[in-house]
Amino acid sequence: MIKAAVIGLGKMGISHAAILGGLPEVELAAVCDTDGLIQSGFGKLTRIPFFTDYRKMIDTVRPDCVYVITPTRMHYEMVKYALEKGCHVFCEKPFALTVGQGEEMVALAREKGVVNQVGYHNRYIGTFNEMKRLLAAGVIGRPFHFIGEAYGPVVLKKKGSTWRSDKKSGGGCIEDYAAHVLNLIDYVTGSRLTGCAGVQMPSIFSKEVDDATYGSLVLENGLRGQISVNWSDDTVRKMTTSVKIQGDGGKLEADATTLKIYVKEDKPEFGLEKGWNFRYITDVTDPVAFNLRGEEYTAETEDFIDAIRTGRTEGRNSFESALNTDRIIAAMTADWESSLKKEEK
Amino acid sequence: MDRAILGDNQFFAVNHLSDERSRAQAIRFKDNRAIIDVLDQAMECGVNTFMCTTHDRITAICDHMRKNPAKYADFKFLPGMPYAHKYANALTELGILGTLQAYIPGNIFAVTGKAGLAFLRKDFPSLMELLVDAEMKMFEGMNTPVIFLQNVIVDLMLGLGTDELFVHYAEYIRKRYGAEPGFITMNLPRMVDLCERVGIDNPIICSSINKIGFRMSGGVGEYEEYLQSDRRFRPMAMQCLAAGALKPTEAMAYVNRFPKIESVVFGASSKAHIAETKRLIEQGV
Repeated sequence: MIKAAVIGLGKMGISHAAILGGLPEVELAAVCDTDGLIQSGFGKLTRIPFFTDYRKMIDTVRPDCVYVITPTRMHYEMVKYALEKGCHVFCEKPFALTVGQGEEMVALAREKGVVNQVGYHNRYIGTFNEMKRLLAAGVIGRPFHFIGEAYGPVVLKKKGSTWRSDKKSGGGCIEDYAAHVLNLIDYVTGSRLTGCAGVQMPSIFSKEVDDATYGSLVLENGLRGQISVNWSDDTVRKMTTSVKIQGDGGKLEADATTLKIYVKEDKPEFGLEKGWNFRYITDVTDPVAFNLRGEEYTAETEDFIDAIRTGRTEGRNSFESALNTDRIIAAMTADWESSLKKEEK
Repeated sequence: MDRAILGDNQFFAVNHLSDERSRAQAIRFKDNRAIIDVLDQAMECGVNTFMCTTHDRITAICDHMRKNPAKYADFKFLPGMPYAHKYANALTELGILGTLQAYIPGNIFAVTGKAGLAFLRKDFPSLMELLVDAEMKMFEGMNTPVIFLQNVIVDLMLGLGTDELFVHYAEYIRKRYGAEPGFITMNLPRMVDLCERVGIDNPIICSSINKIGFRMSGGVGEYEEYLQSDRRFRPMAMQCLAAGALKPTEAMAYVNRFPKIESVVFGASSKAHIAETKRLIEQGV
C-alpha cells in the first residue's frame, strides 16, 4: 500500500482525495485544510484523519506521497517541505507563482530523487495521446502550424471573490485555463514553447485578472501557431479544449472526445485512408480502477502511484515540464503588459 | 420501473463522442418546446418515463405538464441530482460557502446569519436535505418514483467513504418523497459492496453497461460477475451504446443477456428512433 496525504480540500483537492480513497493500492492516510466547514464535514462524514497544519500532518503521518492541491501561491513552501521530508509530490497546476520558485522545486525534487508530477490531466486523455503518436510518426508530413483553444463558462458576471480572481494568488484565465492548452501544446508536439508575440489578455468581467488569452507562439523546434482561450464563454456547457495541427501532408484535430485525422494519401500502416478519419475516445481510452469525473483524473494518479512503486522519477508530467508552462505564461504576461504600456504612451 | 426509459443528454448538449454533435443538439433543443415535442412522441411510442438531471430548464417542462395534468397523468420523472456543472462552475467562481449561499432555498445564511453557519457545521445531513429539497422543487406535483444521486456525487462519496450519508439519503428520499433512492455510478461493483455493507437493501443502481467496457471501472468481467450473481440490487443500464461506438442491435443484445437488468436508459430525438430503440430494449424480455 502507498500512503498518500492531501493538502488543500477545494474542488480539486476533494476530487483527488476521493480518487485516492477509491484506488485499491492506495491508503488515503490523511487530509489537511484550514477551513472550518471542510474540517467539520470531513470529521463528521468520513473516517479520514484530518489536520489543519500540513507540516504536522507530514511529520505525524509520514506519507509516501503528498498531493499539494492549494492555490498556486502556497505551492512553493508546501512542495518544498514535502520534498525535504523525502515525500513524492503531486502538485496541482499551475505549478509555481514565479519561475524562480519553480526552478528551485525542480532542483530539489531531482536532488531528493523522488517522483514529481503536476496535474495537467489532458496528458492522460486518449485522443491527445493518439494525436501525439501520429504526429511523431509523421502521418501529416512536416507540420507548419498549430492552434490551441479552450473555452468555458467560468466567469460570466462582474463578481466573484475566490483566489482564482486574485492575481497575486495565481488566478486569471491564463493561469487557470490557458495553462492547460500551453502545457498540452508542449506535450503533443514533443517540443516546448519558447516564445510569444502579439499577446492579448483582456479582462471581460474580472477586475484584476484576464478573462481571455490570445497570442502567437513558437516552439523550440521552430513550429509556430496561435492560442485562443476564454473562460467567460457561455456558448459551451463545460470546459472544451482542442488542438489542431496542420502539416504539408495532412491535419490533426483533437479534443477530449474525438481525434480527426486528414491525410493526403492512404496510410495503411496506421489504418488511415486518404481524406478524413476519426478516432473516438472509446477507441483510445484505457480502463481505470476507479472513475470519478473522467478516466484521465484516475489515470494521472495511477501513473503517479506506479512511478512511485517502480522508482520512475522522469514521468509524463514532471515538475520540469510544468515549469516550462510557467515560463511561457510569464513571457506572455510580460508581452501583454509591455504592449499596454506602449498604448498608454 | 418501466423497461425503456428516455434519458436527457440529447436535450442538454451532452455528447460523449463529439463536441460538434453536442453543439448541434444545443441548437436543435434551444427552445423548450422542442424538448416537449420529443417527450410527447415518446409517450406516443409507449415510453412514459423520463430520466433527467435537475437542469434549470426542466422547470419549464414541468410547468407545461402541470398545465396539462390529464395528458401527463401517467408520465413519470426519474430526477438525477445535482446538475453538477452548475455547482462546479459556481465553486470556481464563488467558493464553497458562496455556492451554498447561492443555491440553498430561502437563503438560511441571510435569515440566521452566524447561527446558520454554526448549524451547517454540525448538521451535514440537514444540509443535504436542504440541497435535495432545492433540487426537487421543480418537480412539485410530478410523479417521481425514483430519485437518483448523480455519479459525480455518488463516486465522490464512495471514494471518501461517507457511508452514513448514503444511508441518510436513502432514508430521506423514502420518507420525504415516498420514492425509491437511486444511485448513478461509474463504479458499479464497489457501489453494490457499499450498499451491502451499510445496509441499503436492494438499491436501484444505474451504471454504464456495454460490451466494450466504456465507463465501467473494474472492467467488463467484474461487472458481468455482479450482474449474474444473486446479490440484491436492481441494476439499470445506461450508456449501452458506449457513446455511439456500438450499433443499437448488438448493444441491446448484450444488455438483454442479463435478466437482472430491470431498465435501460437511452437517448433519442426522433419518434422513429425512440420506437426502434424501445423495440430492441424490450426484445429480450
